[in-house]
Amino acid sequence: MDVDVLMTHDICGPGTIGVFHEKFGKDAKVWDPDRVVIIPDHYIFTKEEICHRNIQILRDFVKEQGLKYYYDPEFVTNTPGMPNPYKDPTKTNYKGVCHKALPEEGHVRPGEILLGTDSHTCTAGAFGQFATGIGNTDAGFVLGTGKLWLKVPPTMKFLFHGQIPPYLTAKDLILAVIGEIGVDGATYRSMYFAGEGISSLTLEDRMTLTNMAIEAGGKNGVCDVDEKTLQYVRARSNRPNWEVFKDQPGTQYSYEHEWDLSTMEPMVAKPHSPDNKDTAYNCRDVVVDRAYIGSCTGGKITDMIFAANILKGNKVKVKTFVVPGSTEVHADMKNLNLRGVPKDSNEKSIEDILIDAGCLVGPSGCSACLGGPADTFGRLQATETCISTTNRNFPGRMGSKNAAVYLASPLTVAASALTGKITDPRDYISAPIETGMAGVL
Amino acid sequence: MQSVITGRAYVLGDNIDTDQIIPAEYLSFNPAIPEERKFFGMYANSGVPPKQAGLPNGNVKFVRDNEYKSDYQIIIGGKNFGCGSSREHAPLALAEAGIKCVIAEFYARIFFRNSVNGGYVVPLECKDRLVGEIRTDDELEVHLDDGYLLNKTTGKRHDLRPLGDVLPIIEAGGIFQYARNAGMLK
Ligand code: SF4
Repeated sequence: MDVDVLMTHDICGPGTIGVFHEKFGKDAKVWDPDRVVIIPDHYIFTKEEICHRNIQILRDFVKEQGLKYYYDPEFVTNTPGMPNPYKDPTKTNYKGVCHKALPEEGHVRPGEILLGTDSHTCTAGAFGQFATGIGNTDAGFVLGTGKLWLKVPPTMKFLFHGQIPPYLTAKDLILAVIGEIGVDGATYRSMYFAGEGISSLTLEDRMTLTNMAIEAGGKNGVCDVDEKTLQYVRARSNRPNWEVFKDQPGTQYSYEHEWDLSTMEPMVAKPHSPDNKDTAYNCRDVVVDRAYIGSCTGGKITDMIFAANILKGNKVKVKTFVVPGSTEVHADMKNLNLRGVPKDSNEKSIEDILIDAGCLVGPSGCSACLGGPADTFGRLQATETCISTTNRNFPGRMGSKNAAVYLASPLTVAASALTGKITDPRDYISAPIETGMAGVL
Repeated sequence: MQSVITGRAYVLGDNIDTDQIIPAEYLSFNPAIPEERKFFGMYANSGVPPKQAGLPNGNVKFVRDNEYKSDYQIIIGGKNFGCGSSREHAPLALAEAGIKCVIAEFYARIFFRNSVNGGYVVPLECKDRLVGEIRTDDELEVHLDDGYLLNKTTGKRHDLRPLGDVLPIIEAGGIFQYARNAGMLK
């Protein structure tokens, strides 16, 4: 199979580069310097020098190979200690979480094959492409050859009827799907999300669905390409051409399931597995110690707008950490209002609203989504209960293995932050939440 | 590939994810540097909650404190072994700790692929559920050519599923050697 784009980051990049040099030789060149994308995002804001060293390995490789697409955290220098984050998110080369940065920076298009050394590479399937995660050895092989062996997976179809109601986001849909089929329910298979319910979602929200395909064991997740997809890709793609594939009549699926959005409820995944589903309402007595809004799943600008609409004018009862998925999301949080349009000088920004509500806003990146080094922003350090917009709640995923993590939508997380208990967001929503063109243009 | 693998069993449960096999905080070590690579052995399986570590009793350390190798050579797992993140550090950590093969009911896709393509551990599947059947510390003999596992401690025999398509890659020792043998790489 020919690979269109290969992505790697700071925790798998050094190993991949090691494999490449060992197997192809010290002087080897990558197959196409314009198709390799390197996005440091995991361990950026830590004082651990080994993490800074890994960034330097990426920089050296980018220079040696003349790679065009590299998003450097220039504030990570060889001065020991915690790097000083960017001051202005519009004035840094650094992006943040790779799966958010890939489409923003024009590396995602319908019909292509994207491989990345990260299991959530499947996120890009929201744009009608085949995207999946691979390991360092496979990535080293792709660096040298531009090719990899892949089997065509059988496809499972998840059909959603109706329009997304104001109290649900794509997170509720995917938690319902994973809860239905289990964390191994889609192993080796492709997950196709279809129907008018999916068309009614923004591209940002569709990314939440495909992002978590891996949590059901899926090889990839994919959505149909429509006008919304094309509008995004036309505005951003760094290549002018792409091919749109459509669902063919008469296609055989290995599994089919239908949902009606009007009867679905806000969902949570209880500790310690993404398929441990329940409704937010049933968990109303669960006391939480903190809330976390961030990651490639729940750190997009639409997620921030959803949370801000619940938190506006209120105060959080528990420590609430907010981590923008990318520096572009962070910039939008400073520029957009509650309806997702550029704010007037007398209006509050999303970030202002979150800070006024008592949230702690950190710099963009993976942060505590995967625990990370001990000094990571928002990391769970003890027997705490956290409600989070992230994607995994295995033991120890967000830090301490004694902590308990509930996964939920940004609406549910924000509502729970206000009460200190898991809270169904319907109590806080009276009208549909507009997100305008946020995240698209 | 050896045709018989012998060693002591370390038993884990279902849905062992790669965060348990190698917690994220150790991913900053670079596997391409030998002095750092050995730490993956030291911290292998260190994210497994103590109660589930070394079944049926639990609270069995996979690698003793301050050591780089495990006392065990074979891991027994349940369903969906190696789910979660795509980190190749997971099969690598098991191999660094001295594990030769894993025998589970079935695997998460990326873990399986990484184990095979990187030539780290042989990911075998068993038709029987071995968790609850085999105990940590049992002495095992895995007959790869003949497709069965013998528990020398109990005398019981279990059939393994054939490796199928991936056998030639495992026999070659990984995707690079396989591609060289096939003439795809010089
Ligand atoms: S935000 Fe979390 S899930 Fe997403 S790439 Fe980073 S660590 Fe992985």
